[in-house]
Amino acid sequence: MSFWRRVACSVLLLVLAVSLAASLLAPAGYARQDREAAGAPPSHAHWLGTDEIGRDRFARVLYGTRISLLLAPAAALLSTLLAALIGGLAGYLGGAWARAAMAVTDLFLSLPWLFLLITVRAMMPLNVAPAFSVLVTFLILGLLGWTAAARVLCATAGSLRNSDFVRQARASGIRGARLFWIHVLPNMKPVLYAQFWISVPAFILSEANLGILGLGVAEPLPSWGSLLKELEGLVSVGEEPWKFVPLVLLVVVVTSFQLVLSKQDEVAA
Amino acid sequence: MLGRKIARHGLTLVATVLLGGFLSATLVRLAPGLDSDEAALDPHLSSQSIEALRQARTEQHNIFHFYLHSLRLAVHGDLGTSISLRQPVRSLLHDRIPLTLRLVGLGLLMGWAAVMALALTAAWLRVTAYDLLATVLTGFLLCVPAAVLALLSVFWNIPGALAIALIIFPRDYRFARNLLDKAYSLPHIITARAKGLSELRILFWHVVPAVGPQLLALAGVSVSLAIGAAIPVEALCGLAGIGQLAWQAALARDLPLLMNITVLVTLVTLLANSGADVIGYVWRGQQA
Repeated sequence: MSFWRRVACSVLLLVLAVSLAASLLAPAGYARQDREAAGAPPSHAHWLGTDEIGRDRFARVLYGTRISLLLAPAAALLSTLLAALIGGLAGYLGGAWARAAMAVTDLFLSLPWLFLLITVRAMMPLNVAPAFSVLVTFLILGLLGWTAAARVLCATAGSLRNSDFVRQARASGIRGARLFWIHVLPNMKPVLYAQFWISVPAFILSEANLGILGLGVAEPLPSWGSLLKELEGLVSVGEEPWKFVPLVLLVVVVTSFQLVLSKQDEVAA
Repeated sequence: MLGRKIARHGLTLVATVLLGGFLSATLVRLAPGLDSDEAALDPHLSSQSIEALRQARTEQHNIFHFYLHSLRLAVHGDLGTSISLRQPVRSLLHDRIPLTLRLVGLGLLMGWAAVMALALTAAWLRVTAYDLLATVLTGFLLCVPAAVLALLSVFWNIPGALAIALIIFPRDYRFARNLLDKAYSLPHIITARAKGLSELRILFWHVVPAVGPQLLALAGVSVSLAIGAAIPVEALCGLAGIGQLAWQAALARDLPLLMNITVLVTLVTLLANSGADVIGYVWRGQQA
């Protein structure tokens, strides 16, 4: 493992650990309002100041980070599994199945990603409970994010289908689902890992985009998207630099993921 | 051969748009809460009027019927009426398309100018520090959400097209850089350099013919990226284009309007990709 990859892993683990300890580091919680200190600058009581209704920004950053860092990988896992099932099976079966699956994949890929997200998000009710909005947001990411990975996995499964060891297994009587689960799927593991790691930062950024556009996680739950929405009312960078902390943290985390996945890219290639 | 390729692209395009339209229509019909009609809550309506509204809704329950009906109207130029804006969808699209086209076109132009300038300089210079700097810059831009770039463009009073350029630039730069890097490593280009041919002559006589079709395909894909980027840029910069309309439709759950925009965007994206593919094919044919 290279030096920079080790640094990236350490940063990710540190950010995750700190966000998991949010209840200890910020016992006041993310929703408690201190109306007397609304819009206050950083102080002893509020390390990153407060937002316009007096909620502690530090607590919101920690809880928001927790939501994004736990649910983006969950969505990535879902999309990778779907990609493995759809793309892997299509590639393994080949012929008309592969063509049909790839036609559907192309249909999804023909729409810009953010466009597809807001369209499908709009299909769901927008005025929902905060916890449900988190679920819907990340579920949509997981359910729609499989298409690009499915293309790669279809090609991988297609090449595995014609490999010597699969032919040998077929000749020895192993067929159908058993052949897929025992011989094809395990050999797609490196590509699956790579797709998973590629999806995590992509989903974190997508959630942030949705949040800023008001289609992500609902208030009062914090997420990186809703925290970045605060930049909308920014007056001057010099006057309120602490408002950039969520952005800096997001960039650091996504950069760390990029550094970690540079190895996975090589595997996928 | 070219005719067959264009016909195949045309058929794929029509099939994808029809299938996309059907899927959108299905989702519109199945979307929770879309069965209720606010107009039915109007206390001034008589029971006959409410019954007529209910009847109209019931007719739309069959997805195939609903889709075919929408398709038939669309063929005659009637794209329906926006629920939230209470205006014909056709006039809404007509008013907003020029701005989005200008924004996306300018953004693509600026983004690609930056991509080519940086990638070519990197390929010519082959200096590690320069390469590292370009990688760090593009890496940083890749880690910033598109919506944040749009917000910052408002804050710093940067034109929306430049924000789109900044969104597509890092995504295309890496591919363009790799393509040019590979091209400049080709034996005949190394020989041309060794013989002292000018860089411009090498570029236009040897490099562009080698990587042109791939760069063209990449440009086709970046149209989709630019249209996607237009949503946050238009929404947050207050530009009345298709991106802003899509955002407003999403916030108001104006699904019929969103369905039309989806079909339109799919069509534009597919046209851009097919166009790039066909031009690349002709280009390769001429080289052969």
